[in-house]
Amino acid sequence: MVPCTGRVEEVLMLRAFENGADGVMVVGCLEGDCHFVEGNLRARKRVARVAALLKAAKVGADRVRMFNLSAGEGTKFAAFAKEMFEHIDGLGPSPINIARSEATANRRASSSGDTP
Amino acid sequence: MITGDPKALEDIVAMAEPHDKIILAGCHGCVTVCRAGGEKEVQVLASALRLAREAAGRPIEIKEVCLERQCDPEYVELLRPYIADYEAVISIACGAGVQFLAEHHNKTPIFPGLNTTFIGVAEAQGVWSERCQACGDCILHLTGGICPVTRCSKSIFHGPCGGSVQGHCELSADIPCAWQLIIDRLESLDRMDLYEQLHPMKGWRTSRHGGPRKIVREDLTK
Repeated sequence: MVPCTGRVEEVLMLRAFENGADGVMVVGCLEGDCHFVEGNLRARKRVARVAALLKAAKVGADRVRMFNLSAGEGTKFAAFAKEMFEHIDGLGPSPINIARSEATANRRASSSGDTP
Repeated sequence: MITGDPKALEDIVAMAEPHDKIILAGCHGCVTVCRAGGEKEVQVLASALRLAREAAGRPIEIKEVCLERQCDPEYVELLRPYIADYEAVISIACGAGVQFLAEHHNKTPIFPGLNTTFIGVAEAQGVWSERCQACGDCILHLTGGICPVTRCSKSIFHGPCGGSVQGHCELSADIPCAWQLIIDRLESLDRMDLYEQLHPMKGWRTSRHGGPRKIVREDLTK
């Protein structure tokens, strides 16, 4: 958790994918309600840039999304989390995790002498 | 500052394609200020490149570095102890930095990770525009501090052309007419006499017309 989505830089989102995330949701305050004036607006632009990079990297642009709510909207947060989970569940594992699983399976097969 | 524009990730992936172990080198100079080739950009590009390669089933090892400058020998030499352990370098410095790395490390391929664009200024956050073409013979004292070489689309020296419309260049309404700016500025300085003066034709030998340029300062050389 960070005090403002304005602190969420592109590399934090990208490294989440490197660390095995299938999807990343960035949840900021309502637009126009940022305590730091425009932190959540900057976050939205960064999410868009990361989405473009993920598309170019063939990981999938729709694996990162931005949501906005106020700090008091717990029910809405749960609904957004459920929405994101179902969205990512529908997409399946990221190409990174698929490639890693295949590499692991190949290593096991070659160490046991089987053809993968 | 010298400004740059990052190359598309697809282009960088293609450059790195034959290699499995590379250095990604940023620069703490101009390209850090214009958010194209500094430490943060190294981190983002390295991460995106690793993701692209993993998604393609061919992971790549990337050493992330950011040199103080890539246009001074003492800094580009900092790669010397370990550059031989890597197959290639992608530099996201300006073209001068990329070339200087290549001159100093001639056994390692050096690739450009950004397109060097112009010498310019930060008009606003995220907006840069060109101000100088480094013609080598500055005349800003005659033109109210506004450069007709750079800011006039035709680089003309004798006032606005017929394409100047309501203060804009005929190329685009987004481009102010440099000569309109110059005259407005000279009027506000009460120096329209400078516009009335005749000046000899500008010599372009100090610009690119004389080939690659070099400065030798005898007072500084050893």
